Parts: sequence; C-alpha cells; structure tokens
Amino acid sequence: MSEGNMNITLKVWRQKNKKTSGKLETYQVEGISEDMSFLEMFDVLNERLVSEGTEPIAFDHDCREGICGMCSMYINGQPHGPLQGVTTCQLHMRSFKNGDTIVVEPWRSVAFPVVKDLVVDRSSFDRIIASGGYISVNTGNAQDGNSLPIPKDDADKAFAAAACIGCGACVSACKNASAMLFVSAKVSQLALLPQGQPERQDRAMKMVAQMDAEGFGSCTNTGACAAECPKEISLENIARLNREYLGASLGSTN
Amino acid sequence: MSWLTKTLSSSIGKKVLMSLTGLFLCTFLLVHLIGNLQLFKNDGGYAFNKYAVFMTTFPLIKIVSYVNYALILFHAFWGLYLEFQNRKARPVAYAVVRNQSSFSSRNMAILGTILLVYIVVHMGDFWYKFHNEPLPYVQYTENVTTGEVVTKTMDAGYTQEVKIVEMSNEAAGTHSVIVKDLFQEVGVSFQNPLLVIFYILGMFAVAYHLYHGFQSAFQTLGWNHPKYTPLVKFIGTWVFAIAIPLGFAAMPIYFFAKHLMGN
Repeated sequence: MSEGNMNITLKVWRQKNKKTSGKLETYQVEGISEDMSFLEMFDVLNERLVSEGTEPIAFDHDCREGICGMCSMYINGQPHGPLQGVTTCQLHMRSFKNGDTIVVEPWRSVAFPVVKDLVVDRSSFDRIIASGGYISVNTGNAQDGNSLPIPKDDADKAFAAAACIGCGACVSACKNASAMLFVSAKVSQLALLPQGQPERQDRAMKMVAQMDAEGFGSCTNTGACAAECPKEISLENIARLNREYLGASLGSTN
Repeated sequence: MSWLTKTLSSSIGKKVLMSLTGLFLCTFLLVHLIGNLQLFKNDGGYAFNKYAVFMTTFPLIKIVSYVNYALILFHAFWGLYLEFQNRKARPVAYAVVRNQSSFSSRNMAILGTILLVYIVVHMGDFWYKFHNEPLPYVQYTENVTTGEVVTKTMDAGYTQEVKIVEMSNEAAGTHSVIVKDLFQEVGVSFQNPLLVIFYILGMFAVAYHLYHGFQSAFQTLGWNHPKYTPLVKFIGTWVFAIAIPLGFAAMPIYFFAKHLMGN
C-alpha cells in the first residue's frame, strides 16, 4: 500500500457490546494515500492500534467491491459517506481533504442494535426476507425464456429493484429509521415478474407485518433513503409497496 | 383483530389515515379560501356576512364542518402520535447529520403543531365570537330592480333570536336582511399588527406543510406515475404551497392596509 501524505482526524463510535453505551473517540491517522479506500484507511489505523496493543475498531466488510452490502459506516452525517451511489468500500480518500475531521458512526435504528463499535446486527432484514421475500418454486431445469413473456419495462424495473444489496443505508438515512425502501425493493422485484404472482398478496402483507414487528419507523416520504442508497433504488418502489400492501389488504380473502 | 383494523394499524395503514384526512383538509382549505375571497368585495360585507350565515346554518354544511373539526383534531393528534412512534425507532441520535431531504418533509410535525395553535387562535378570533359574542348587527337593504345596497349598522343594543332576519317591502321594491356584522369584526381584528403578523406566519406554516404534505399524500396512497406525479407536484407546489397561503395572507394585509389608509 502506497504511503500518502493525508492526515486525517477520525472521530469513531466505540462501543463494547450491545449492553453498554458508547462514545465517540478521536484518532489521528497519518500518511494516508488518497487512493486508499475508506476501509483501507481503517485497516491502516487498526494495524497501528493492534501494534500499540489496543483494541482495533470493529467494522463490517466483506467483498470490498460494492456488491455484498456488508459495509455500513455513517460518515460525516451520511450513510456510506459523501459520494452518491457507492458503498463505503468504494469510497476513496480522494473524496476528503488533507486535515479533514471525519465522524464515523454506526447505523442507528432500534432494529439494528450495535454489536460492537461500528458493527450493527441487521438480522431484522433477514427476518423480513424470511417472512415472504422469496418464491416457493421447486427448481428444475430452467424453462424456455419465450414461455414467460415479460415486458422490457417491467424487467428493467424488477432488475433495478433487485439491485438492492440490503445494506441498510436507507434505514440509517431516514429520520424515522424506516425500512420502507428496502422492503419495497424486495416486494417490487417479485411483484413485477410472473414468478412472483402466486404469493404476491401474501408476500406484501407478511413482509410489512414483519417490518413493523421489528420496530422500524413509518415512511414520511422525505426521500432521504433514495438520495443515500448506494444502488439508487427509486422511491417509485415505495409507492408500489403501498399499492401492493393496500391492494392485498383490501382484495385478498384472508 | 379484523382485517380492517389490522390494515389501518400497520405502518402503511397509519400513514393512509394521515394521507386521506390530509387531502380532505386540503379540499377544505380550497373551499375556505374561495368563500373568504368575498372579504375583498367592496360591498360593506353584504356578500360575506350572508355567506357566514349560510355556512353556519345550512344543515349539510354544518355536518361537513363538524366532520372537518373532527378530522383536524384527528390529523393533528394522529400525526403527533406517529411522530413520537417514529422517534422511538432511533433511540440513540447521530452526532452529525447531513440531510438530503427537504426542510418541509423533515418538519411536518412541528409545522403541524404550529398550525394547530394557529387554528385554535383563528377559531377563537372569528368562529367563537360569531357564535357566542354579541357582535353588532347590520342591515342591508337591496333595491330589487337596481341592485343597489344600502348598509345600516343597527343600534348597539339591538339583538335578534335568529341569525338572519329577512324582510321584503314590495311597495318600495326592496329586500332587506339583518345579520351579525362579522365582516366588520374581521376588519377591526386586522387593525392589530401583531395579529396580522401571526396570521402571515401561520400561512408560512401552511405553505411549508402543504409543500410536502400534498404530494406525500399521493405517494402514500401508491399514486406514483410518470404521467401524473409531475401534475400532483405542480398542484402541490403552485396551488397549495403558494397560491392558497398567499390568498389567505392577503386578507389580513388588505384589512391592515385599509386601516392604515384611514378607512
């Protein structure tokens, strides 16, 4: 890793575990290259902390290429930092200036309890998916594509919704810590395609019920979620979820 | 729990109640403005005072107005309840927040609270006085053929059991009505610059509340369409956030200016 000449003051949320309360601690990080990713800057700091014999900062990461949805840093008041349409791992230090002070906090939501430092437990999202974000089809050979005609527009919209990586930036950006953008993307990708039709009503009702049970807030249409989403999921999906849910509640027989 | 209560108590259902009541109140605001534009008629309050009697006596309008009061209260307190619920979803606040959303959308609850206070003061100013206080009466005598109206303020002690007394004098070809002079009361009230400022601030709250509220109501109902959403946003901005608050704000300004110019 190339040595650089950026000096950064980091204020990072340190929290021992779910039960204790945390606080911001200040670290000076020196010799950072502007070509480093934000997470690599944390790696540099952590190596130093380990060599000094102090506890390194815990943070989530996996693929480091912007597709897994694991990284989850709330940087200077914005999930995934100042750059639009990228995750924290794809944010580079060139987005900051030498001498900057950067405040890094975990996602904050009652449904995302802090496990340690910057790591939050996002299994509430998994439980929402488990409640209905799937199709119950016994797989076999893929059938001929021409037997399932799908309008191009629907396919595009479903694909755009399916781009959601479930990182939780929408929840962290929302003033109500609402999970509507996530749930709407997951409901939309299936509601728009023929495979999703048999369980369409049930899915919308069950996923909304699980979302509410997890303690997420309700949607006040501020649009902060879509503005911060690294996959730029559209607010159109939230309107679709409202239609799906209300239609299912009014129209279903159960 | 029945399916209906289950639906309405879900997070989406709760917002649908805000959306539907909010849109009803938007409709009310539009009708309220159109009716009150009669304040600008230079007829000594003839049209406005008759309109005030009609609005408080016609049975259908009376029913709608009580529904309206109930929905104002429901919308206000349901909104506050939702705001407190939503705050519980984030028990630990961020140290730094850089907002990507509009001022209006983030402050609906505080704007709504200002509006609730405004509505209470506003109803105390005019609704309460019109119903419960001995306002002076005024007699309008209209010449049926020429349409000319003669205005005469009744003596201070004059009172009547009913809201409107109508008399026709066929020999003279005149028709006269005696009503409470709410028009005069409006004019006198808006001689107070503090009240004028309060009303203008109230209209700023209306503007910002509806700038987000009107279009948000449609999104909550699932109404998001490339053809119609631009129209909803246009109406929400130009009609509900600009034209309507401006129209209302013009009333205190008009009467205050009239007072300053000495009539």
